[in-house]
Amino acid sequence: MAADDDDCERMTPSRRAVLGAASALFAWSYMPKFAHAAAGSRDSRFLLVVLRGALDGLSAVPPLGDPGYADLREGIALAKDGPEAALPLDGFFYLHPAMPNLARLYAGGQAAIVHASATGYRERSHFDGQDVLESGQGGPGKTESGWLNRLIASLPAGEAVSRHGALGVGVVPPLVVRGAAPVLGWAPPRMARAGADLVQRLGDLYGERDPALALVLKRAIETELIASRQGAEQPRGGGGPDSAEGMKRIAEGAARLVGAEDGPRIAALAFEGWDTHANEGGAKGRLATLLGGLDGALATFENGLKPVWKDTVVMVVTEFGRTARVNGTVGTDHGTGTVAFLVGGAVRGKRMIVDWPGLKPEQLHEQRDLKPTTDIRAVAKGVVADLFGLSGPVLAEKVFPGTGGLAPMQGLVV
Amino acid sequence: MADWSDPRLKMLALQRFGLGLKPGQGGAIADVRERLLGEIRSDGAAQPRVSFSGAAPIGRALYAFEDGERAAREAKRVATQQGGGRQAMGQGVQVAAASPMPGQPQGPMAKQPAPEPPFPAKVYREEAVARVQGALEAETGFAERLVQFWSNHFCVSVAKGNFVRAMAGAFEREAIRPNIFGRFEDLLIAVESHPAMLNFLDNQLSIGPDSRAGKRRGRGLNENLAREIMELHTLGVSGGYTQADVTSLARIITGWTVVGRDARLGFPGSFAFNPGLHDPGGQRLLGKVYRQEGKEMGMAALADLARHPSTASFIARKLARHFVADDPPQALAAELARSFRETGGDLAALSRTLVTSELAATAPATKLRTPQEFLVASFRALGRKPDFGQVAGPLGVMGQPLWQPSGPDGYPDTNAAWATPEGIKTRIDVAAQLGRQAAGAVADPRALVEEVLGPLASAQTRQAVARAESKPQALALLLMSPEFQRR
Repeated sequence: MAADDDDCERMTPSRRAVLGAASALFAWSYMPKFAHAAAGSRDSRFLLVVLRGALDGLSAVPPLGDPGYADLREGIALAKDGPEAALPLDGFFYLHPAMPNLARLYAGGQAAIVHASATGYRERSHFDGQDVLESGQGGPGKTESGWLNRLIASLPAGEAVSRHGALGVGVVPPLVVRGAAPVLGWAPPRMARAGADLVQRLGDLYGERDPALALVLKRAIETELIASRQGAEQPRGGGGPDSAEGMKRIAEGAARLVGAEDGPRIAALAFEGWDTHANEGGAKGRLATLLGGLDGALATFENGLKPVWKDTVVMVVTEFGRTARVNGTVGTDHGTGTVAFLVGGAVRGKRMIVDWPGLKPEQLHEQRDLKPTTDIRAVAKGVVADLFGLSGPVLAEKVFPGTGGLAPMQGLVV
Repeated sequence: MADWSDPRLKMLALQRFGLGLKPGQGGAIADVRERLLGEIRSDGAAQPRVSFSGAAPIGRALYAFEDGERAAREAKRVATQQGGGRQAMGQGVQVAAASPMPGQPQGPMAKQPAPEPPFPAKVYREEAVARVQGALEAETGFAERLVQFWSNHFCVSVAKGNFVRAMAGAFEREAIRPNIFGRFEDLLIAVESHPAMLNFLDNQLSIGPDSRAGKRRGRGLNENLAREIMELHTLGVSGGYTQADVTSLARIITGWTVVGRDARLGFPGSFAFNPGLHDPGGQRLLGKVYRQEGKEMGMAALADLARHPSTASFIARKLARHFVADDPPQALAAELARSFRETGGDLAALSRTLVTSELAATAPATKLRTPQEFLVASFRALGRKPDFGQVAGPLGVMGQPLWQPSGPDGYPDTNAAWATPEGIKTRIDVAAQLGRQAAGAVADPRALVEEVLGPLASAQTRQAVARAESKPQALALLLMSPEFQRR
């Protein structure tokens, strides 16, 4: 990864839009935003949080105003009042009581919630579902690269975003950032670090014998440099990405790197454990603990990214939803429509983005799942178009191939 | 044609199909193929030495442990109400401090001297050490590699809770090891009827909606295990099944459950078929109608899934990907699938086909060893006999703790997952630590390069080891060299 591209020819954003757009008319419609960006006003940050295992959107953001809700959710239903009342959002939708920080951000205009959403994937395999969500492809099986990686590859060299690359959090970084563009790696440290001399010698050996390993090691060293400049060593040990403590540690580390002046502008991380087939729980219980962990991570982002929070969007997504009806074991099986969260100072918040399909049997997808009415890719396209100034054609061909008919959602970003 | 007199090819075969050489094994190079084939035995893989027998006694002991915990909590509650509360504290806190469940707060007394680990953790530790010990003793390690492969294919995760934590080792010993050179059908049935799997994928909770219990209690299906049987264990996600097939299979295997502490259906903790939970009547699965009674219906369905052509292709490709290349030669996958189909899923024949395949032997060494393979190969090379912490610590930081993948699809099996910046950096940390630990026991790292890499070692690796600033650094360089990392 080049540290400095100042001697490269730098395209102005508006010129890029003209070159990149398929039709002049389309480019013209984007001109004002690019002109605005060219003034150098915004150095955007984007963090994508993948919830692996399929989040139950009907429990995270229960539609308590829907008359069908309580019957479908016997044993795990949330309530408008009582000691463990769900938190009000817009009078129809409520928020799970384990998420007070998200409720506060929502009320303060810094969070929006997309409901009844899904990717284009309509089967129910976690692994294919996650591949589709992260690869940005129309179907499973194409896992060479992720859509955030292609997004970076589509930006001209020299932009802050492409200069600093993306951050993939975890020993195994999420597919969404893997690919040809440089990816930095980081995970919460759990063991004493090897000496710099050993690392240097291995770098030399790989340079001569194994270019692929040489490249990944180089990226690891770069990330560590940024992290070490950002403050003290983190405590070692602690929970994994399926615990509240682990989620917080991961969020702290990601915020430290993404908040750095020379750090990556884009990061992807994953929280696990959302596959609640049995004993899912209501206001308390298994899902509540996980949602509490996510809520804590969102507050950690807000705190850790304070200086750049006004230019930040955190997007929280999952591969699909869960059955509308509770299954035989007080849990929910794999479903379709679910929720996504947009959180950050750059989000035009305090609103539900939803075309509610209803919960009557005939309104459900295959009579079992919440019907998806919003394609999450339209939301993602809308956010990154506004944050990074990508043109519609690039988004429809490179980032989310084959989505020409799916317009980026407008007005998501302040 | 592969030139089997080429020492490089022989050495590569040992790394590709085995667990790496131990010092003094250099002579094994002479007849590599015979030694690999010699580990294919009709009674399966060697059994690790543990002090527990099987799932049933472990299950019964687990129930007794849980009953004891409950009694201790109750005693504590009563004592607290009476204003005393001191005497009963110890045991209750031990649960919170040592519980494997994520998100559990540490008790205020967690700083006290570590008590004996609770029963499930104790079993897990012993099983983990025994498994690694067996891999260190193995000659080439081919059978152990197959155990790892099948154990990951049919994975369970101890993150599920105490039951799987205590049972994961027994699951591998009882369901996997005896069957890796038998028929796939038998392996499949052993796996899907094992208490660890029935708990991990919730089938012991699944109740036929029209069964006696279903009608009485108003509870019903959990389709988790049924879906993963078809998606992950047999046909593969594009193997040609529908949501209706998932639901059908879920109904077919209702009643496949684990005996509770009441011992009503047998020995506590063992498998049982409970007719009271089983959905009555026929079921249509993949176009075929099943009308067998009780457990036989599930046995018949699994037998058909085991023989399905999609299963042969799915297993063949996965096997080739694990041993040979992320994107294995199409002809190799076809060769393995043919062997699987023509022998009716004979896994000894399949393993033989793999080891003797020209394509498998001659493909370049591109695959990075998984963290588990890397750690075991390192212990073998360095002659270490690790304790639990020396196994669990490195595997945890490298992202592959024993029997704990994050989902039922097991650990990833491609370079994209393991050859990452953070992954490689963490391996270097592990190698540095291993080098420090072993430095006193290795006389000359340069000689060790010849012993464990021999003809595969490049001039640059030899030179890097020779010029290292210290013995620990020399060993770390050997373990992190491309020739040791890739197979």
